[in-house]
Amino acid sequence: MSDYEMVVGLEVHVQLKTRTKAFCNSPTTFGAEPNVNTCPICLALPGALPVLNAHAVELAVRAALALGCTVHGTSIFARKNYFYPDLPKGYQISQYDRPLATGGRLAGVGITRVHMEEDAGKSIHDRYTGATAIDLNRAGVPLIEIVSEPDIRSAQEARRYLQTLKQVLEYVDVSDVDMEKGSLRVDANVSARRTGETKFGTKTEVKNMNTFSGVEKALEAEFARQVAVLETGGRVVQQTMLWDGAKGEVRPARSKEESHDYRYFPEPDLPPLVLTDAYIDQIRRALPELPDARRARFREQYGLGDQEIDELVADIPLAAYFEETAKASGNAKTAANWMRGELLAALRAGGGDVQTFPVRPKALAELLGLVGEGAVSHTAARTIFEKMIATGEGAGRIADREGLRKVSDDAALEQWIGEVRTENPTEWARFQAGETKLQKVLVGLVMKKSKGKADPQRVNQLLAGGV
Amino acid sequence: MKADFARAAGLNIILAEDPEARPSVDHGPLHDIPVAIKDNIATLRMPTSCGSRILEGYISPYEATVVSRLRAAGAVIACKTNMDEFAMGSSTEHSAFGPARNPVDPTRVPGGSSGGSAAAVAAGVVPIALGSETGGSVRQPAAFCGVVGVKPTYGRVSRFGLVAFASSLDQVGVLARTVDDSALAMQIIAGRDPMDATSADIPVPEYRAAAARPVSTLTIGRPREYFPDALDPAIRARCDDVLAKLRDAGATIRDVSLPHSGLAIPVYYIIAPAEASSNLARFDGVRYGLRVTGDGLTAMYEATRSKGFGAEVTRRILLGTYVLSAGYYDAYYKKAQQVRALITQDFHTVFNSGVDVLFTPTTPTPAFKIGAVSDPYEMYLNDIFTCTANLAGNPAISVPIGTVNGLPIGGQIIAPHFGEEAMFAAAYAVERL
Repeated sequence: MSDYEMVVGLEVHVQLKTRTKAFCNSPTTFGAEPNVNTCPICLALPGALPVLNAHAVELAVRAALALGCTVHGTSIFARKNYFYPDLPKGYQISQYDRPLATGGRLAGVGITRVHMEEDAGKSIHDRYTGATAIDLNRAGVPLIEIVSEPDIRSAQEARRYLQTLKQVLEYVDVSDVDMEKGSLRVDANVSARRTGETKFGTKTEVKNMNTFSGVEKALEAEFARQVAVLETGGRVVQQTMLWDGAKGEVRPARSKEESHDYRYFPEPDLPPLVLTDAYIDQIRRALPELPDARRARFREQYGLGDQEIDELVADIPLAAYFEETAKASGNAKTAANWMRGELLAALRAGGGDVQTFPVRPKALAELLGLVGEGAVSHTAARTIFEKMIATGEGAGRIADREGLRKVSDDAALEQWIGEVRTENPTEWARFQAGETKLQKVLVGLVMKKSKGKADPQRVNQLLAGGV
Repeated sequence: MKADFARAAGLNIILAEDPEARPSVDHGPLHDIPVAIKDNIATLRMPTSCGSRILEGYISPYEATVVSRLRAAGAVIACKTNMDEFAMGSSTEHSAFGPARNPVDPTRVPGGSSGGSAAAVAAGVVPIALGSETGGSVRQPAAFCGVVGVKPTYGRVSRFGLVAFASSLDQVGVLARTVDDSALAMQIIAGRDPMDATSADIPVPEYRAAAARPVSTLTIGRPREYFPDALDPAIRARCDDVLAKLRDAGATIRDVSLPHSGLAIPVYYIIAPAEASSNLARFDGVRYGLRVTGDGLTAMYEATRSKGFGAEVTRRILLGTYVLSAGYYDAYYKKAQQVRALITQDFHTVFNSGVDVLFTPTTPTPAFKIGAVSDPYEMYLNDIFTCTANLAGNPAISVPIGTVNGLPIGGQIIAPHFGEEAMFAAAYAVERL
C-alpha cells in the first residue's frame, strides 16, 4: 500500500443562507411540510421564468473571495439537462464554461472554481410502498459548488481541507454548513498511483458521505480498493461509488448516472451575470476577518498558544466573548484559561451557548480582575462564578456578601494554622522534623479550613517561617 | 358574440371560452373589448394546453403578465385560440385538437402557429388577439388571414406566462384588424417585467403617435435576398407596387442587402429545436398534465411523452437533443449561434447606413390548402422571410397589402431594435395607401 499514493479532488456543494430560493420568492426554511415552499417557478409550471436572487449572488461572491478566488466580471448560467422526478424543469440551472469564480487556494489545496447553481428536490423512496414521493421544498435553493484541484494526497488532508473550508464559510456567514442537514455535501474524485508516478490514475467518484469522518473513512476504503485492484494487475473502472457508513465500505452505484450527457447550453432565460469591479470590491472590503488572519492576530496580540488559538478560532461566538473579556480585563491569557476551563465546563453543564450565557464578558472581567489583584483566591473565584451564573450579580458584591475575599491578616491565618496543627499532629510533627514536602499538604488543609479565603502565599510564608 | 363564437367553432379556431368574462376595471383604453389569447399563454379559468394532449385540460394557477396587463386596461379575456402544438408549425394543422380553418377560405390553413388568433380576428370574433412568435408565428398567419400581426423587439414584451418553445426567440405578439389597434395593444403589453429577466428596462414610447410621422421622412430598404427569383410573381408585384406608392408618397426607397439571410432557416432549425428540447423536458408526467404509467420511471416518461406529444413536436425534440449532444454541440449549436450573430450584424449594418425600416413580403405564398404541405422542410420554408427578425431580435409587423386570387397577402416591415415607432410609422403609411 505504501507504494501507492492517493490523489483526491473534492467537489463541495454548499447551500447559501438566503431567505428565498435562487430564482423565485419561495422560502428556504428547513423542515417545512413537503411541497409547501413552492411556487409556479420552482414547480416548473408552464410559462414560469427564473429571476436571479441578488442576495444569493452576494453570498456566492463573498464565499469565492474568502476562498481567494478571482470573481469574474461576467459569468454565464447554463442548463444541465437530465430527467429525474425531483428535477422539475428537466434541467438544473448551473454554470458551466463561464463560472462565477476561479483560481483560489485553501489549506494548501488549489480551488479550481466556484460556481452558482440551484438544488434539486428530494425523492423519498421509503415512505410509500411501490411509489416514490417527491418533495420540492429544496428545489431551487441556491448552492455554490466549490471544486478543488486534485491536490489532496491523504484522507487526513481531505478532512483538514473540509474543516478549514467549513470554518471559512462560517466566518463569512454564507451558509449553515451543516452536513447532517445537507447544507454542505461532499463528493470526492479518488485515484491511486504508484509513488513517484506523475500521471494520474483512473478516478472514481465517491458519493454519499454524510460526515467529515465518513469522508475520511470512505477515501481510505476506496483507495484501498483501488490499490488492491491495481496490485492484482487489474484496471480501475471509472464509475460512481457509494459510501455505506453503516457497513464501512464503498460499492458501485446501481444507477447509470455516470453515462449522462448533460447537453449543457447557455440558459436563455437569464442574461449573463455581470458584476462591476465596484460591486466585487465592496464585498471584498466588507469581508470579516478570516480564520487564518485571526489565528495570527491572536498569537501576536494576545500571546496565546496554538491549542488555545485553535479552540477559540473554531468557535466564532466564543472568540468574540474571549476578545471582549480580554479587552475588559486587560489579561488575555487569564481570560483564555478561564474560558477554556470554567466557562466551557459551565456551558457543558448548563447546556446553553456562549451568546446567551448569563455572565457577560464585562462581568467575567471583573471577576478575573479580583483574581488578578489577589483579592480572591482561585478556589473562591470558582464559588463566586457559580453564584454569578445563578444570580447574575457582580463578582465584587458576591465576594463581599459571602465573605470570599482573601484573608491575609496573620492573626486569622495563624488561628487556622493552629487548628490544622491540632487536628493533624502526625503530619505536623513530620513537617517540623524537616519533611518539607509536607508544607504543600498543610497549605491545602489551611485553604480548606478557610473555605478558600486564606491567602496561600502568606500561609506558605508563615509555615516556612516556623509558626 | 355568441354567433361569432359559433362560427368560429366551425372553423375550429377557439379551444376554450370564458362566458363569465367581464372587464375587471370600469375604464381603461380597452374597456369591455374582448381579446382572444393563444393557447400557450397562461390564463386563469380557461385551460392553457398549448394545443397539446400532454396539457389537455391543464388550468394555470397564475396568469401571464401580458394577460394581467390587458385586464388592467379593461379588456375582457374572452377565449383561448387554437395553435400548432407548442407553437411548432406554420399552419395550425399540428394541433392535437384538430386543424383550424382560414375564415377567408375554410379549405385553407390560417397559417401558424398563432393561426387561431389570426383567424379569430379575421372572423370578427375579437378585434385584438395575442399570439406568440418564435420564427414568424404571428406575422405569417396575419398575412394568411388578412390582418395585422406584430412581433416586438426581443425583450420588449414580458414572456412570463408564455409557455416556452425557444426562449431566446420567443416573444408575445399582437394580431389586430388595424395597425392602430395593434399599436394600442402593444402599448399595453410592452415594458419591463420584473418576472422576466430578459425583458428590457427601456421606456415604452407612444406607439400611436407614430401615425403622425410623415412618409417623406422614411428611408425604406428593399433587401434583395427577400425578393428571390423563385418568389411568386404576383406577390412580388404586390410588394413592388406598395414600394412604388410609398416612393410616390415621398418615402426614400433603397436597395439593400442582408447577405446572410439564406442561412436563417438552417440556423433557426438548429437553435429553436435545441432550446425546445430543454424547455419541453418539464412535461414529464410527474407534476401536471398527462401521465401514462408504465413499468418504472423510464417507462412512465416514455409512455407519457410518446402519447402526449405529436409527431412534429417529437421530431423537433429529437433534433434538438441531437444538436446539443456531446460531440455535436460545436458543429451544430455553437456554429448556428455564430451564424446567428452574422445575421444580426447584417441588420445592424443596414440600419446604421441610414435605413429606417425594411420592407419585404411576409410569406413566399398565400394560404395553402389544408393538407397540401406534408413535407416538414417545405413547411419550414414558410418562415423564410420572417425567422430572421426572431434570430436577430428585431421588431417586425405584417400588414395586409391586398390579395392574390382572392387570398390575402402581407407585407413585412422590419425595424431596428426597439425601433417600434419607425415600424408603426411605416405600417400606418402602408395601411393608408
